[in-house]
Amino acid sequence: MTTLLSIQRVSKRFGGLQALLDITFDLPEGQILGLIGPNGAGKTTLFNAINGVYPAEQGRIIFRNKDITRAKTYTLARMGMARTHQIVKPLSQLSVRENVMVGACFGRLDMRLGQAGQVADEVSEFVGLTARLDQPAGSLNVAQKKRMEMARALASRPYLLLLDEVLAGLNASEIEAMTSTVLKIREQGITIIMIEHVMKAVMKVSDRIIVLDYGQQIAEGSPEEISRDPKVIEAYLGDPRLAEKLMEED
Amino acid sequence: MQQVNLLLTSLPDGILLGFVFGLAAMGLAMIWGVMNVINLSHGSMIALGMFGTFMLFIRLGIHPYLGMVLIAIVGLVSGVVIYFIAVHRVINAPHLSSLLATFSVNMIIIGIGTAIFTTSPYNVDFNMGSFRLGSTTILGTRLIAALIAILFTAGLYLFLYKTRPGKYIRAVTNNRAAAELMGVPSTRILALSFGLGTMLAAVSGALIATFFPFSILSGGGYELKSFVIGVLGGLGNPIGALVGGLVLGVLEGIIPAFLETSWVPVIEFALFVVILLVKPTGLFGAKR
Amino acid sequence: MKTWQRHPGIILPLLVVAGLVLWPVISGNESDRETSFTILKAIALASSLNILLGYTGYVSFGHIVFYGFGGYVGIFTVDQLGWSIFPGILAGGIASGLLAFLLGKAILRLRGAYFALATIGVNEAMKAFINNFDLFGGPIGMVLKFSVYKPYGGAARALGMSFYLLAGLVFITIIVSHVIRTSKFGLGLQAIRENEDAAEVMGVVTPNVKTWAYVLSAIVPGMVGVLFFFKNGLIEPPVAFPLHASIELLVMVMLGGQGTVLGPILGAFAYQGMRGYLVISEIFKDIQLSVAGVLLLLIVLFIPAGAVGWLRHRIPTLRRVLA
Repeated sequence: MTTLLSIQRVSKRFGGLQALLDITFDLPEGQILGLIGPNGAGKTTLFNAINGVYPAEQGRIIFRNKDITRAKTYTLARMGMARTHQIVKPLSQLSVRENVMVGACFGRLDMRLGQAGQVADEVSEFVGLTARLDQPAGSLNVAQKKRMEMARALASRPYLLLLDEVLAGLNASEIEAMTSTVLKIREQGITIIMIEHVMKAVMKVSDRIIVLDYGQQIAEGSPEEISRDPKVIEAYLGDPRLAEKLMEED
Repeated sequence: MQQVNLLLTSLPDGILLGFVFGLAAMGLAMIWGVMNVINLSHGSMIALGMFGTFMLFIRLGIHPYLGMVLIAIVGLVSGVVIYFIAVHRVINAPHLSSLLATFSVNMIIIGIGTAIFTTSPYNVDFNMGSFRLGSTTILGTRLIAALIAILFTAGLYLFLYKTRPGKYIRAVTNNRAAAELMGVPSTRILALSFGLGTMLAAVSGALIATFFPFSILSGGGYELKSFVIGVLGGLGNPIGALVGGLVLGVLEGIIPAFLETSWVPVIEFALFVVILLVKPTGLFGAKR
Repeated sequence: MKTWQRHPGIILPLLVVAGLVLWPVISGNESDRETSFTILKAIALASSLNILLGYTGYVSFGHIVFYGFGGYVGIFTVDQLGWSIFPGILAGGIASGLLAFLLGKAILRLRGAYFALATIGVNEAMKAFINNFDLFGGPIGMVLKFSVYKPYGGAARALGMSFYLLAGLVFITIIVSHVIRTSKFGLGLQAIRENEDAAEVMGVVTPNVKTWAYVLSAIVPGMVGVLFFFKNGLIEPPVAFPLHASIELLVMVMLGGQGTVLGPILGAFAYQGMRGYLVISEIFKDIQLSVAGVLLLLIVLFIPAGAVGWLRHRIPTLRRVLA
């Protein structure tokens, strides 16, 4: 299996705060990697470093055999990296369709408007937003906006999809729907990194999990291994039996 | 050698003027710091101070330094009024809305001012004597103005740190939502802060009127200076504004030694852009 | 027939402009032509600003600087270098575009409010600079010699020709505005307007796109400046860089509805019409700046989307035509 993304000793400071320290892992193609940790652990910061929003000061990030440590965000979109945001960023006055078209037009395949429109229709159907295509993006509720961000990201035909808390604020049935969508995305060959707090979902969906705490990698492994890791439990889960219970519920 | 001499003679003057510029900038910095609004009617408030002084002195014979008290009050009240009319509705909207709103107010005031005063230059002919300091002559008006500026700065500081409304203002600056939850009447505090900002602008206008001739459009030039000082010292930081004012005052004293005075706006603008690009939070950092 | 169906948004704008152009032709009245000229000029300027303000969402308080600067360059070529008016107009446009390019490199990195602040300073700084620039006549400016109008059949005919040249410019501006709005480039601009960070994440190369928008928004004002001062016979700093023009442009774009092709046109039309009425009335002549201010304030506070925006919101079926 080829390595799609390689994070090598990535570190980032914000003034006096060490937000990330020596983060290192390789991401094989086609894997779903769960990224968990308490609030403020540095998960979104890591995404920002990978995505070029706040580049890392130390370390290297290799994407598809190219060094992208200092690459600009828009360049990465062209290279096949897409991302959703923890706090959704809709293009409010544009329609849902136009939102998704932006992703298609300026993404990896640099599509023309006509083709982008078709892709937008296709992808919107995939995430279940066909009914809302012509509505202004600002009028959607949170769950729909999250799906729209997902559609935007998918429309750019990425190799790598960074999902930032795509389940936050959703109710149980919405979570079900979204998780099965994530699995379907992987079936299309897209590699995924998911930041999540909804433990049940991320344990179920991920092939592998990395745990961050105070900017450092404290654990890495399969969902089962992580749920039993004492460091993780101490940092995060509190009740040592909680993880077992969650796993049993399936 | 001649240039160095010229420099030395214009330095003290520049510093004194700088205090007044700093005062003006503080008005702008305050509003930005408390409510994240860039008050584009700042220039018109300065002009108001200038013309107010003129009217009081030339038409009513009231001494400019006495008239200043009235100007301060009018400045404060005007600010509160402007806040409620133009700013309150858009305070939580994107920045550009409040920019446009205050810009409109500026135009309204300047328009009316132009109708009343036309664009001709006015002068408050006013002498407070002078004295020599080495090879420089220091004008009485400059010295007193600088002292008044320092007085107002001290007064502002005392107000913010030793009085209850001042404490409320600092609370709202820090975290408006939290302050509201703790019972601070945020709307009134915001209006007060805005009024304080415009008051400082008006007072600085009154002081500037004692230095130079002015017209209804002069406010714009001083507004630009206030912006430059604001970004120099860090918008939202009153002490930074004062220091920034001194820096600009000195610069303005120096530049005419090498270039024509009409280059000053160009240099100020260039400085403004450079600072915004290099260190947008100013030399002293933004809001405390 | 097919073109009209595919681009319904351009019908109304073109009709309005065509009407404005034909009106003095039909009436044969010179004062009508003057009025029409003023309105057309406003339309060209407002539509250009719309590219930056409406489509890209960047507020520029000093947009008139391109009009003045382009005007100066063009008049210089015509007056001092003896060029014909046609390359002169082009020179003005190119010079403004270049200025926008260089300026953009410096200030487009600034976001939102800071960018707007920077644009305030630009106009003042440029005025001060030109005041010192002897090549452009310094504070006195340049007066066009009468002989300049000879190649066009004399001053009177030159004035008539200016009108048609302006009309042509306005048509081009509208078509360009429409093309931008319905193009992939325009989609990128609007993405920036809605959320610049998200646009970057999606791959919009924001620095380049913004620079292009700025340059495109500057070219026509430059050309219009040359035409106006050619007609005026004289150019000097306070007339080339009028303070009130910046706010008037903003009012026109926002009154009609920024971000649409039709909006700035209607806004320019309405504002100029109102201004024409005010200038005649003695009381209002002096405070037209204040009136503009009040208008802008009302718009910002109550109908930020402007007239066309409000209509589009209320009557969704008209959206395709009110573009």
